[in-house]
Amino acid sequence: MSDKPIIQFSDISFQYRSQEEATLHHINLTINKGETVFITGPSGSGKSTLGNLINGVIPEEFPGTLSGDLTIAGKHPSEVDLTDLSFEVGTVLQDPDAQFVGLTVAEDIAFALENDAQPLSVLHEKVAEWADHLNVKQQLSKHPQDLSGGQKQRVALAGVLIDNEPILLLDEPLANLDPAAGRDSMKLINWLVKNQNLTVIIIDHRIEEVLQIPIDRMVVLADGQIIADDQPDQLLKSNLLLTNGLREPLYVTALKTAGVAVDHLENLADLASLKLDKGDHAKLNSWMAAQPAPDVPTKKQPIIEVKQMTFGYPGEPQIFDQFNLTIHQGEMVALVGKNGTGKTTLINLITGFLKPTSGNLYFNQTDISDDSVKQRASRIGYVLQDPNQMISKTMIFDEVALGLQLRGLDPETIKKQVFETLKITGLYPYRNWPISALSFGQKKRVTIAAALVLQPEVLILDEPTAGQDLAHYSQMMDFLHHLNQTQGTTVLMVTHDMNLMMAYADRTIVLDQGQVLEDATPGKVLTNLDVIKKAHLAQLSLQVLAEKADASDPITFAEKFIAFERSNRDGESASFI
Amino acid sequence: MVNQQASYDIAETQKGRWVTRLTGMTKILVLLSLSVIGMVSYDTWYLVALTIFAILFYQSAHLKWHQVRGLLYAIAAFTALNLILVYVFNPNYGSQIYGTSHVIAGSGYFILTWEELFYLLNMLLKYVFIVPLIFAFLYTTNPSELASSMNRIGFSYKISYAVELSLRYIPDVIRDFKQISLAQQARGLEMSKKAGVWNRLKRSTQILIPLVFSSMDKIEVTTRAMKLRRFGTQKKRTWYMYQRLSKLDYLILTVTTLLIIIGIGLFWVDGSRFYNPFK
Repeated sequence: MSDKPIIQFSDISFQYRSQEEATLHHINLTINKGETVFITGPSGSGKSTLGNLINGVIPEEFPGTLSGDLTIAGKHPSEVDLTDLSFEVGTVLQDPDAQFVGLTVAEDIAFALENDAQPLSVLHEKVAEWADHLNVKQQLSKHPQDLSGGQKQRVALAGVLIDNEPILLLDEPLANLDPAAGRDSMKLINWLVKNQNLTVIIIDHRIEEVLQIPIDRMVVLADGQIIADDQPDQLLKSNLLLTNGLREPLYVTALKTAGVAVDHLENLADLASLKLDKGDHAKLNSWMAAQPAPDVPTKKQPIIEVKQMTFGYPGEPQIFDQFNLTIHQGEMVALVGKNGTGKTTLINLITGFLKPTSGNLYFNQTDISDDSVKQRASRIGYVLQDPNQMISKTMIFDEVALGLQLRGLDPETIKKQVFETLKITGLYPYRNWPISALSFGQKKRVTIAAALVLQPEVLILDEPTAGQDLAHYSQMMDFLHHLNQTQGTTVLMVTHDMNLMMAYADRTIVLDQGQVLEDATPGKVLTNLDVIKKAHLAQLSLQVLAEKADASDPITFAEKFIAFERSNRDGESASFI
Repeated sequence: MVNQQASYDIAETQKGRWVTRLTGMTKILVLLSLSVIGMVSYDTWYLVALTIFAILFYQSAHLKWHQVRGLLYAIAAFTALNLILVYVFNPNYGSQIYGTSHVIAGSGYFILTWEELFYLLNMLLKYVFIVPLIFAFLYTTNPSELASSMNRIGFSYKISYAVELSLRYIPDVIRDFKQISLAQQARGLEMSKKAGVWNRLKRSTQILIPLVFSSMDKIEVTTRAMKLRRFGTQKKRTWYMYQRLSKLDYLILTVTTLLIIIGIGLFWVDGSRFYNPFK
C-alpha cells in the first residue's frame, strides 16, 4: 500500500434533480492506491450515490447538482465521460443476473474488449487467461444465468477485471448469495487484492460478512454525511454502528453485552485471531449462565402436509421423489439450503403454482390437491421475493383491496377489512399514498398486507428481508413474529440468513437435492458440521466466540444471546416503518 | 424460438449436422436471398427445386417434432386462410394471369378454374419451401451468432445487438409473465377459461403492469452495465463468436447463387415470372 491518493473527494455535495434535498453533503474522502475500503451505511444514507460518483454513473446517468472537487486516478468525472472513467474503475453491480450481457460466459467476459474492437485473437487469449484466473474455465460455454451464485460473482468479476482497471468497485457483492458462496466471494476478493494490486471499494450493509477479510478502512455514511472513517477495529469498539441502524458483528455485540472491555482487545474485527483472556472467558460464561433457557415450542396439529409428492420440470431429472413434509399450526419455519436446491420449487408446489406429477397436499387434514391457485391463496398467502412482480395497482388501498374485490365482497366489508389489515401492517397512515412513493421495504409490506387481507392461516415468504438494512429488517421480522404470536399465523420463510433463522424460526428445514437433509431447531442445525457443509450454511460468529471462551455449549450461548437481543427489541418495535 | 441451448454446444455440432456448422452469415444470406427469389418467381418446377433444397436444409437440423409442432400448426392455419381469401377476393385471377379458362365447376363470380387452382398451388409451394428454411434457421442459430452475422452483412452493431438482447430476454420475460400471472391468480384473478374472452383480456392488463415495471427495472440495470463496459463508444466492435467462412459455407453460398441465377434465367425462358402449362 502506498500513500498515493487515487480517489479524492473534496467538499462534494450532490443533489438528484428529482429530489428536494441533497443526498450527499460536504463529503471529504481520500482513498489511497492499493487500499481496501469498505463503505457502509443504512438504507438511504447515500452510499450507493457515493459509488455512482466513483464510476461516473453520476452525473452521466442521473443528472443533478454536483459541487466540490472530485478526482479519480487524476481525472475529473465532470470533465470526462463514463467511458474514460471505465478504464480506471471496474464496477460489479448488485444484481449479477441483470448485468450479464453476453449469451455465454465467454462472451460476457469478452464484452468490454469486444466494445473496444480488439482483434479476435486478443479476445480469445484474454478470456482464456481470466477464466483460468477466476476458475470458470469449465463454464465458458454455459449461460451466465445458469451458474451458481458464487460462479456468477466470478464471471462478473472476470468481465470487469479483463480491462486491468486499477480500481474495483463492488456494489453489494453479497446480495443473493448463500452463506458459503458469500464466504467464497469474500475470499476471492481478498485474493484479488493481494495478487492484482487493486484498489478495492466495497459498498454493502452486511458488516459481519464483509469483515471476514482484512479491510484497511471502513467509512460509515448516515444522512449523506461521513460519520466515521477509521480502521474496523476502532469502529467496532465504539457503538456508532448500532446507533445508526447498522448491525455490528454479533460476536462484538455479545462481548459488549457480557461486559467485556472491548477497548483493550486486539484484532476485534478478525474473530479468528481475536485473543480473549481468562477474565473475558469468565464474563461470557457467567453472562450465559444468568440468562434463562429459551422456551422450546410444543408441536401442535399439522396444518400443511405434503405427502408422497413427485415432481420434475419437463425434460429434466426429478427434483422431488415421494417427498413428505409436515408443517404444524403456529410454527415459524425457516426453509434453508444452497441456491438451486428446490426451495422455491417446493413452495410453488404448495401454492399450486406448479402441479406435481403425483402426490397429495393436505390442509388441516383436508385434501386440497385439486384446489386452484385462487382457492389455495385464501388459506396460504404467498409473498414473492420481488414486490414489483406482485403489485398491479397504483394506490395502496386498491392494491390491498384487490383480492377481496375479486372475491366479490361488498364495498363496506372490503373497506373494513382493508383498514384492519393496514392497521396491523402499520400502513394505515399511508392508505391514500401512491405505491410508487414507497421504499422497497414498504412495498414488500404492502404485498404482505395484500396476502394477509384474505386472512390466510399460513404465510409463505421468499427471502423476506432481502436488500434491507438492520432497522427495516428488524421491523419486518418483528412484525412477522408479532403476527405469529398474536394471530397464530403459521409462517414459512425461505432464507439464506443464518442470524434471521436463529432469531425468528423455531424450526429449520434443510433442503438438499430434493431431500430433507435435516429437520430440527435452528440451534441443532448449526451444530451439525456435516449439514452445514452439505447445504452451504455457515456457523454463527457467536458459536465461534463461545468456543473461544471455552463455553461448555456454544450453541446454547448463541441461542441465549439471540433470544436476549430479540426480547430487548420487543419494546422498541411497537411502531412499524 | 431461437435456439439458445444446443447450437453453440460444440459436441452437438460435430455430429454431421452440417447446417449447424454453417456460419450465421451464410444462413442469413441463404434465407434472405432464397425468400426473395422464391416470392418473385411463379415457376412451379423451380419452386419444387427450392422446396427440395429447403427440405435438405431442414433434415440436417435434426429437429424434434415437438419443437416445431406448435408453430407449424399456426402457419398451416394461416396459409389455409390466406389461400381461401385469395380465392374469395378474385376467383378469376388465375385465368387473368394464364390467359385461358378451363372451368371445373360453377359459374358467375365463384367460378372454379384449373388456372386458379394452379395459381393457388404455386402460392402454396412458396410457403412449403420457406417454412423448413425458417425452422432450420431459427433452431440452429443462437442470438449471438445472429447478431454478429447481421453486423457482418451491413447492419449497425447497435441494431444487431438490440436484436440479440431482445431475443435473449424473451424466455426471461415469459418466465416473469408466468410468475406474475400466477401471483395475480393467487389474488383471485380468474385467468382460466371460466372467464369470458373480454374479461380475460381486461385482466391480462393486470399482469402487464407489474411485468412492464419489473422489466423496466431490469432494462435500466442492463443498460448501465453495458455502458460501464463501454458499449457503443466505438464505431466498430468485434465479436467473440465471429467465425471464419469454411469450405462448407462457400459451397452452400455457391449453390444458393446458382439457384438465384437459374431463377432469374427462368424469367427469360418462361417469358414472365409465371410458368404457364395451359398454352
